Amino acid sequence: MSRRRGLWLAGLLVTLVVAGFVSSYASSSPDGLEWAAGETGFADTARDSATADSPLADYAVSGVDDGRLSGGLAGVAGVAVTLVLAGGLTLALRRRTGRSAQDAAAARPAGD
Amino acid sequence: MHVPDGFLDAPTSVATGVVAAGTVALALRGARRELDERTAPLAGLTAAFVFAVQMVNFPVGAGTSGHLIGGALTAVLVGPWTAVLCTTVVLVVQAVLFADGGITALGTNVTLMGLVAVGVGYGVSRLLLSVLPRTRGGLLAAAGAGAFVSVPAAALVFVALFAAGGVADVPLGAVAAAMGGVHVLIGIGEAVITVAVLAAVLSVRPDLVHGAAHLHRPADLATRPGLRAEEVVR
Repeated sequence: MSRRRGLWLAGLLVTLVVAGFVSSYASSSPDGLEWAAGETGFADTARDSATADSPLADYAVSGVDDGRLSGGLAGVAGVAVTLVLAGGLTLALRRRTGRSAQDAAAARPAGD
Repeated sequence: MHVPDGFLDAPTSVATGVVAAGTVALALRGARRELDERTAPLAGLTAAFVFAVQMVNFPVGAGTSGHLIGGALTAVLVGPWTAVLCTTVVLVVQAVLFADGGITALGTNVTLMGLVAVGVGYGVSRLLLSVLPRTRGGLLAAAGAGAFVSVPAAALVFVALFAAGGVADVPLGAVAAAMGGVHVLIGIGEAVITVAVLAAVLSVRPDLVHGAAHLHRPADLATRPGLRAEEVVR
């Protein structure tokens, strides 16, 4: 396995663990903006998002009662969607040097 | 930091939408220069990683929390224009699927986190890189400082937008003090996470880190006969 792919797979694993598991330990306190809005008195001007009824709204899968499972599944779904969109965009924009395949072939015997 | 619908009036939201659209259009051009066959897959993963880490709000005291924005981290990892695109994708996914950040506030959020946090985070890092030692430690210090400054910078730009088009009549000085104060604390967390992640990537693949290009000295390393410099840095 190339070291580049090794980094990518390790990064993906860490990303999935953070979104699917570590996220259940996130602080539920209001974030800085919500807190400041509450302190200074404009929090009540916030309106519900047009997507508030989304099946994934507020990082929970509707219909899954277990909070930890629901949040974890929502996180993994978000990672998957973000990876497809951002990965697709960056792959589409990349410079195609045409050298990559040759380099990979040349590097393989040396155990890159 | 995700601005909900309703905090800013329609003209301000439209204006930030225009700024955000212009920024993304420039980034689509700029990112072509940053992305190649080797770095493009890493950029996609970086966006997914930022999405994941943004789910993990950390406490900052006084019953408040914050999460990574990732502007400096992403810019140093994959380049500033690509960082704008990665941040924008994360914000769109959060707004559309997770109701985190309003839909009419999407332009505001892209402006604050995709333009200001990335721009300030990368700008401060580059400025410090020009005076700090050209070492891994110097890069980490520069990125950490850029990350720290980027968070209160984005918070204060929100205050400026609120001054222009906030729907509530509240004292601006109090909003600036509250936003600035809590986001200085969140900025410390931003810096810690940025340095930790960057150090980890630099320890395994420094050649894939956009901001570490100045650490490579292919001419000095190319000692094996017949080996091209571009193969050495790989």
